[in-house]
Amino acid sequence: METNISFKLKVWRQAGPKEKGHFETYEMSDIPTDTSFLEMLDILNEQLVEKGEEPVAFDHDCREGICGMCSLYINGHPHGPATGATTCQLYMRRFHDGDTITVEPWRSAAFPIIRDLMVNRNAFDQIQQAGGYVSFNTGGAQDANALPISKVAADEAMDSASCIGCGACVAACKNGSAMLFVSAKVSQFALLPQGKVEAKRRVKAMLAKMDELGFGNCTNTGACAAECPKNIKLSNIARLNREFLCAKCSD
Amino acid sequence: MEETIIKTAQPVIDSRIPEGPVAEKWTNYKAHQKLVNPANKRKLTIIVVGTGLAGASAAATLGEMGFNVLNFCIQDSPRRAHSIAAQGGINAAKNYQNDGDSVYRLFYDTVKGGDYRAREANVYRLAEVANNIIDQCVAQGVPFAREYGGLLANRSFGGAQVSRTFYAKGQTGQQLLLGAYSSLNRQINAGKVKSYNRYEMHDIVMIDGRARGIIARNLVTGKLERFAAHAVVIATGGYGNTYFLSTNAMGCNCSAAMACYRQGAYFANPAYVQIHPTCIPVHGDKQSKLTLMSESLRNDGRIWVPKDIEEAKKLQAGEIKGSDIPEERRDYYLERRYPAFGNLVPRDVASRAAKERCDKGFGVNNTGQAVFLDFSEAINRLGIDVIRQRYGNLFDMYEEITDVNPGEKANTIDGVDYYNPMMIYPAIHYTMGGIWVDYELQTSVKGLFAIGECNFSDHGANRLGASALMQGLADGYFVLPYTIQNYLSDQITVPCPTTDSKEFDEAEARVQKNLEHIMAIQGKRSVDSIHKELGHIMWEYVGMGRTREGLLTALDKLKALREEFETNLFVPGTIEGLNIELDKAFRLRDFITMGELIAHDALNRNESCGGHFREEHQTEEGEAKRDDENYFYVACWKYGGSDEVEPTLIKEPLHYEAIKVQTRNYKS
Repeated sequence: METNISFKLKVWRQAGPKEKGHFETYEMSDIPTDTSFLEMLDILNEQLVEKGEEPVAFDHDCREGICGMCSLYINGHPHGPATGATTCQLYMRRFHDGDTITVEPWRSAAFPIIRDLMVNRNAFDQIQQAGGYVSFNTGGAQDANALPISKVAADEAMDSASCIGCGACVAACKNGSAMLFVSAKVSQFALLPQGKVEAKRRVKAMLAKMDELGFGNCTNTGACAAECPKNIKLSNIARLNREFLCAKCSD
Repeated sequence: MEETIIKTAQPVIDSRIPEGPVAEKWTNYKAHQKLVNPANKRKLTIIVVGTGLAGASAAATLGEMGFNVLNFCIQDSPRRAHSIAAQGGINAAKNYQNDGDSVYRLFYDTVKGGDYRAREANVYRLAEVANNIIDQCVAQGVPFAREYGGLLANRSFGGAQVSRTFYAKGQTGQQLLLGAYSSLNRQINAGKVKSYNRYEMHDIVMIDGRARGIIARNLVTGKLERFAAHAVVIATGGYGNTYFLSTNAMGCNCSAAMACYRQGAYFANPAYVQIHPTCIPVHGDKQSKLTLMSESLRNDGRIWVPKDIEEAKKLQAGEIKGSDIPEERRDYYLERRYPAFGNLVPRDVASRAAKERCDKGFGVNNTGQAVFLDFSEAINRLGIDVIRQRYGNLFDMYEEITDVNPGEKANTIDGVDYYNPMMIYPAIHYTMGGIWVDYELQTSVKGLFAIGECNFSDHGANRLGASALMQGLADGYFVLPYTIQNYLSDQITVPCPTTDSKEFDEAEARVQKNLEHIMAIQGKRSVDSIHKELGHIMWEYVGMGRTREGLLTALDKLKALREEFETNLFVPGTIEGLNIELDKAFRLRDFITMGELIAHDALNRNESCGGHFREEHQTEEGEAKRDDENYFYVACWKYGGSDEVEPTLIKEPLHYEAIKVQTRNYKS
């Protein structure tokens, strides 16, 4: 049932990458519980604009949990308290009247802050550019059914491929490691015959790029998988490690 | 006297459709078109604006071919483009199910689904290359759903009697986009594509009558930047957000298309807007967008409202629930009205049927503006596990938003189990209209091409499910990379223009002036409040049921709204640096112009067809009534030189050779 709640919102405000940031507290009153978290921020922004102030900058786009654009560290959790959901899929019914809700940007050396809650995740693109593809030119593909692929492998590849590249895994990790993100892509291709040909080159190139861009190392705490809005499994990292070991051994 | 005649004479529209029977046109075209040799490709630069399925696939393929590509997107990564949200699937005429599918049948279904308002030759080509898309995507490593034998699985979508839709769970758009993004990444890595993220195109730069570059704003620094090229390709999607509430992403906008329109590119069939029947209904006035529930749900879900209006009233008052109403008191109105296609009628038909029931008072939800989509029968037949495997992620999504789990048993009446039905209502989803293009996907401006949803060409007055992904990838992988060479072949000796020219200076000054103007208004209203008002006007008067009177009212209201925007808008912050309100204000100005364009076109088209329904033109049974004698044409709108001046109409007559134009029938 729809009810209204009032709460305190502590939001990280930072004018630019090099500026000093701080928490700003806003009193939010009478917010319907069937409002999404981002709609609640829209309401805040509307109020700020009405007062002639600058709105809180945050990334968002599809608002249905698939584009990976939204982020936000809410009450100490990437994408907030719900599991298996992004911030845009989080509804205010998860919160209570009188709560204090803290909203921070992703914090990681590899994701510099642009403004307020908006960060630069270009590093993720760069890792993908290093090897996250099958080298295949448009045209001339064989018939799609010429290469049967077991349903089990296809389904597992699909699970890995569900990664939306939001960066919650990096934000959740105490080391700021991007292993879950990298392993999801490496796994998708490792599980499919199309990806086998370049498997060794791919895993080495993507990991080298990841190291170069300032992501931390993996210490198997599993925080990434626990916080992943798409439930990407930790076993992907095990597969990544195996792939990497095999690639190195055959060097 | 003579001069007047020349001025008022209609420009002749040349759609450049190749000679020959429809099935041979594309082959003939490819056999005779001009190509650019590899050494010359290296000298040519192409700008691709947008990184959705069409933009990313085009940029990647042009890069693979050897062209220099500059690729722009407004998001923080090319992977975020809204194609990613497409759930259901992609069509192709593989006939893997041996159910009688063929290229011709896919072509026929698409033309019929579009209510005979698409260009025949373009649609045939689309159906022809559709099979290549599936091959291409599999080769890229897209994890399509498979059967236990290892072969690809298919499902059915609206408007077809065969199973030709390929899918990857409920995330087909995501997987196809990530496939195109991976090919794009390979080209970025190879240095053939240069990627500009968080950049928004603000204008086209014309030199000697050809598109030669763009002015784009870096959304982080706020600076305007200049980019020159031999050709410009626009792949910036549709204009659904004109209605404020739609299934589009928040950032989707029509500003790039409007920039093309203002530079002389005709805008075709703007009135053809698709209203998707299965979206989660509107709640409250704080809502920012509408969420789609995939059409694939109509494979197993049955749509109904109560037979008895008293029960509908009780549902609206919250006194009873959908699961309290047994089978015999349910009106499965799609199955009743359209026995042959049932719940799988095309989207426009399903949407109108829902509106009809709700208008008559049979709607559910506290607003009366919703119908039920029910899985009880399917769950009782197949078991919850099978249904969850098919639609689990959609059920979860629905529950997260509405707090109702459609997979949960809610009642048993006379030994029959009833599950919580979903509530759905139509919402703006896709726009069939768009920038006019010829067979080569070139706009009426030389050197300016439009691909994907932002052009008008393939879906006529209504798009079938799983055809948007097909068209985006067809244009980007298999059509544009060929046709653009026919244009570029005589540009090989032309050096890439410098950005230090009078034309670039003027274009940048124009954009700068526009932005300064928006900042200087300093009124009282936020961008969103005006955008919401625009949405209300559009939905009320230019939505699912349109009348002449309503459209005239809309045009008056839109004029007043433009005045409100120009005098009472407030944008905080400065023109320098990141300013999210300025970004939105810039787009809103174009949405208002777009709204007027939709209304003009809807007013002109005195018939009902596909997504365009004029209440004056319907059969006794309430079906759309076309007027082929007077409206068998593509309505192309030419910019009047200023947003305040009415656009002029130019007609491109349609010619059908392979298909007999008839009344759409989904009943038998």
